[in-house]
Amino acid sequence: MSAATISDQGALQPRRSALYAGNTGAVIHRGLLATRSTNYLVVLSGFFEPVFYLLSLGIGFGALVGSVQTSTGQEVSYAAFIAPALLAVSAMNGAVYDSTWNVFFKLNYSKLYQGMLTTSLGPLDVALGEIFLALLRGAMYAVGFMVIMQAFGLNLAWTALLALPAVLLIAFGFASLGMAITSYMKTFQQIEWVTFIMLPMFLFSATFYPITVYPEAIQWVIQALPLWHAVELVRGLTTGALSAMMFVHIGYYLVMIAIGIVFTTSRLRALFLK
Amino acid sequence: MPQPVITASQLTKTYGDFTAVDAIDFEVAPGESFGLLGPTGAGKSTTMRMVGAVSTRTSGDLSILGLDPNAHGPDIRSQLGVVPQQDNLDQELRVRDNLLVYGRYFGLPRSVVAERADALLEFAQLADRRKSKVDDLSGGMKRRLTIARALINEPRILLLDEPTTGLDPQARHILWDRLFRLKEQGTTLVLTTHYMDEAEQLCDRLVVVDKGRIMAEGSPASLIREYSSKEVLEVRFGSDKNAEIAESIRDIGERHEVLPDRILIYTGNGEAELEQITQRGLQPITSLVRRSSLEDVFLRLTGRSLIE
Repeated sequence: MSAATISDQGALQPRRSALYAGNTGAVIHRGLLATRSTNYLVVLSGFFEPVFYLLSLGIGFGALVGSVQTSTGQEVSYAAFIAPALLAVSAMNGAVYDSTWNVFFKLNYSKLYQGMLTTSLGPLDVALGEIFLALLRGAMYAVGFMVIMQAFGLNLAWTALLALPAVLLIAFGFASLGMAITSYMKTFQQIEWVTFIMLPMFLFSATFYPITVYPEAIQWVIQALPLWHAVELVRGLTTGALSAMMFVHIGYYLVMIAIGIVFTTSRLRALFLK
Repeated sequence: MPQPVITASQLTKTYGDFTAVDAIDFEVAPGESFGLLGPTGAGKSTTMRMVGAVSTRTSGDLSILGLDPNAHGPDIRSQLGVVPQQDNLDQELRVRDNLLVYGRYFGLPRSVVAERADALLEFAQLADRRKSKVDDLSGGMKRRLTIARALINEPRILLLDEPTTGLDPQARHILWDRLFRLKEQGTTLVLTTHYMDEAEQLCDRLVVVDKGRIMAEGSPASLIREYSSKEVLEVRFGSDKNAEIAESIRDIGERHEVLPDRILIYTGNGEAELEQITQRGLQPITSLVRRSSLEDVFLRLTGRSLIE
């Protein structure tokens, strides 16, 4: 007998809330099994994009640039300047690919969530499980990228170790918000918009040069975007330039995670339990 | 009288201006096999979704195993097996993994799920396909796997939405046999169908639904007794002549239904009526005497046939 029990009269005794059955593990288990049996090669391919940027811009172009000043005034090599930004980007990429394309397919074509929600799972179980899987992909990309950074000597301080939990937080934020946005989408074209927004965000979020090159008004815009907070947080940790601003970056992601979970859960409920 | 496992009273579901289910009342007793019979768009699937605790009612009352599905969806769903109209098997998982993973959704321990999965694969006659991809299965096999999946939590109620639509006759008979076994084991079955033979085979009791309302209720035999005659004589004179000839044989039999392609004459004795028709010098292209079926009941109640 599962969590609900049967009384003497044959009536069910309520045990669970309508939203959450405490069984996120089953959703994660399913995701890992599906990845193992079908599409791990696809998963792997997204990892290389930031690696190629690091090799071409950091190592190649970096030889022309010399050193760059971080936001806390520290002089670092160009490769060490962009590597943490690309680390944040790899976490973002993994989380966003998974929570947009994959989630969209499962929502609209394979009817996976519909099937899940005819069981005793609640929408919050499904949302948390799927967000965790997207986060995991982001984290895998990021960990792989960190190994490469270490090999090139681009982790300049012991605090680089803290970049690991930081990229988890970043992947969590993008996975959560990504899934929430995807759950409102009806066509594949709408997902292209996500790609359309991600490219400029990737290029302009103080990824390849300090934010100070912009006039103040544009700096405000950049600072409102999630990737800038990720880049600054990770860059501070890998270069050892710590500041109180980091708590703001962390706070930004905590809010992003919460918003994503709330919207995803209520949207899944509206779609499949209407 | 045991307490009903499902009680619906004045159950209503509207989408905007459209009323899909219009204040229906029914009860289902434990172990009973209950059918909702009606054409496409009658509100059968909407009713099933509300009973399955995946759709919220607009008004009225609904109690599943003593609980209100609006407040206790996961608790109720833990006791239900659902076979949806369209298979939604997990295409990314293999046959046996589909059962294992689905069982885990109910929070069942791994060892329990593994044991049940093997037994259910035997039951569904899919033991030799355990490692196959879902895509490689035939329509009938997919359907059986979906039913096996719906049984992994040992549900007290099995909901089947048009279980054999789209299957070939042989696959349907295999499926009916499996469902009949479940019925014998005491599982409560609730099914929707627009196939008369299916309803007659599987249902102890059914409601005839049309346009969101219940038109009649009873066992298949009692519905036929009440709303139709013992026999039906079907005669065809060609589609351009049917209506005209129907006028001239109005006095024959108890009641007529004139369809575009044939005339149905309801009577206690079909052969005798056919005799009378031929004595009048009318020679039908084809004629058929058969027993009344639920199709005739539906025609009588709604003036329309079930599959158009």
